[in-house]
Amino acid sequence: MNKRVPLTGNDAGAEALKDVNPDVAAVFPITPQTELMHQFASYVHDGVVDTELILVESEHSAQSACFGAASAGARTVTATSSQGLLLMAEICAITAATRLPVVMPVVNRAISAPVNIGCDHSDSMFLRDAGWIQLYCENSQEVYDTVVQAFRIGEHKDVLLPVMVCLDGFIISHTMEGVELIGPEAARQFVGEYDAAFRLLDTAKPITVGPLHLTDYYFECKRQVVEAMATARRVIVEVGKEYGRLTGREYALFEPYRLDDAEVAIIALGSTCGTAKVAADRAREKGLRAGVLKLRSFRPFPGEEIAEALRHVGAVAVLDRSISYGLPGGPLFHEVRSFANGGAVLVSYVYGLGGRDITPSDLQCVFAELAARRQSGESDGVFRYIGLRES
Amino acid sequence: MAINLKEMSARPELLVGGHRSCAGCAAPAILRQALHVAGPDTVVGFATGCMEVSTTIYPYTAWRVPYIHCAFENCAATVSGVEAAYRVLQRKGRIPADKKINFIAFGGDGASYDIGFQSLSGAMERGHRMLYVCYDNNAYMNTGTQRSSATPRGAMTNTSPNGSIISGKQQSRKDLTACVLAHNIPYVAQASVSNPIDFMRKVARALEIDGPSFINILQPCHRGWGCKPEDSIELARLAVETRWWPLYEVDHGRWKVNNKPKTVVPVVDWFRIQARFKHMVAGDRDGILAWHQEQVDKAWTELLEKEEKSQ
Repeated sequence: MNKRVPLTGNDAGAEALKDVNPDVAAVFPITPQTELMHQFASYVHDGVVDTELILVESEHSAQSACFGAASAGARTVTATSSQGLLLMAEICAITAATRLPVVMPVVNRAISAPVNIGCDHSDSMFLRDAGWIQLYCENSQEVYDTVVQAFRIGEHKDVLLPVMVCLDGFIISHTMEGVELIGPEAARQFVGEYDAAFRLLDTAKPITVGPLHLTDYYFECKRQVVEAMATARRVIVEVGKEYGRLTGREYALFEPYRLDDAEVAIIALGSTCGTAKVAADRAREKGLRAGVLKLRSFRPFPGEEIAEALRHVGAVAVLDRSISYGLPGGPLFHEVRSFANGGAVLVSYVYGLGGRDITPSDLQCVFAELAARRQSGESDGVFRYIGLRES
Repeated sequence: MAINLKEMSARPELLVGGHRSCAGCAAPAILRQALHVAGPDTVVGFATGCMEVSTTIYPYTAWRVPYIHCAFENCAATVSGVEAAYRVLQRKGRIPADKKINFIAFGGDGASYDIGFQSLSGAMERGHRMLYVCYDNNAYMNTGTQRSSATPRGAMTNTSPNGSIISGKQQSRKDLTACVLAHNIPYVAQASVSNPIDFMRKVARALEIDGPSFINILQPCHRGWGCKPEDSIELARLAVETRWWPLYEVDHGRWKVNNKPKTVVPVVDWFRIQARFKHMVAGDRDGILAWHQEQVDKAWTELLEKEEKSQ
């Protein structure tokens, strides 16, 4: 029986990093990520892990130091939120295209302006095309489990991509719940010794990292990242299954909840999936067959599998906790819709920006609206907001 | 630490020929000299810039030591990561305990004085065992000569042209060497590509130190300065002889002026042979030439005082 302890999402992230014992961690504070690295730094200072901390002067330097450490052959981590992620964005793209499997918990927070510290997904969505794998967590347990798995996924020799483990700021990062831990021995065995493909520190075999690619080679480098992302779809599933055999908690690209016979469904990312599950249960009590598709892997995006899972559903709400100016609806909506092949009415709901609360009642209303559309076949006015004052 | 030229001359080149820097560029000499001292157990980090683009055009590389480039403004932070990895991997027994690796970060003045100033400051403050070498050619040369905070007052660049209303750069230079010194790190020096023995001795001293060190080396760019390619080294020599670019070092708080020119060359003689100062030499309506001479004389006196006081 594994240990079950009460942890916040930030604690769970720190616990996973502690159990893996990475070589290098670059650390810079930002709300709401700060406590994750407080906790991890205390493990370093108490000698629980032998990670080298680099207490950098900005997130830009955090990601730059990660780039250097990972190139050197070290298993490398950092963590951030919001403005910090945007500040390091330039280097995030370089880390990915250089194929360095850095692991980074991203504690999702709104981006300025106006300045706001509440949860939404605008920060990680800003980086959606940076070449990072993005896995979203519903709760603290998933944070712990996903951070441990992230090393195996990113470091897989056919993947070699950095991984963001996204957890909702405050909603997950600062609320406590019971988390089952596998402990350092099992975690270290699961991730294995890190064997980097190339090591800058091997001076007997000098390598050049980060050379200039002109028109003759640049395009092919980008194509290889596309290939790695495609492979990651398989590897995420394989690693999730293996983790399931170890812990009884299996992970995949997404999790269907009461979806088999659903007439209406919600697809969402992060903690809202838990709220949606409660709303679906309540809707079913009232006779509406409601289901949820909890998307875990936003990058790579399992579009075909999502379309297949929703094929029989009459009306689907796609929930976005971020916004895309100049194009109605959020990024998740458009990506789901790009794979939909007729059938279901798809409705975009943008919600919860800047930490605005989303409740089971809100989502019961969404289910009710979906049911009405399913009946009427109404496909106008599909770009909607939840909980927004319009006047 | 003494350097042995005979021994160094027998060692293989670690930055090989075939790279694509301009004819007459003095920067590769700086890199070769640093590597002659440092040897093959050295990791070189590079900021985006002339030397980065000209030495690593894929699938070629001129480097026979491990080399890493990430972006323009983060060379010091990148090398921080490499050095931290070295420390932990050695502690974990994955690098032999007796294997010493040198870490040298290079950046131009744009990458060091301006966009990478924060990254440089952070790395120096954190105490990484790293030598940071700024090759200062007084402007953004890789992008075609734009003013930086290292550009001398009055100098003409493509973003501070000699216009009919505003003539050249309006502001005075930042003293980066002094800024880095203010981090209270063990070793800071100023060098010139015209004085290779002095520079190589400084590299050797810097690499002995178990902590951060910094060398700011002047590197004339004939494209940006407007002089003949074959005069690059001569331009650097004159910068030293005018005392516009004094050679000195501060080793654990002790100042030493490494070159005290016997015959002092007026600054205008150095300005006269560079097209970037042509407008000032032709008609110095703002009195910038006299201002430069005053600044140089004042700074030199202060430098000698610091040397004397710190003995």
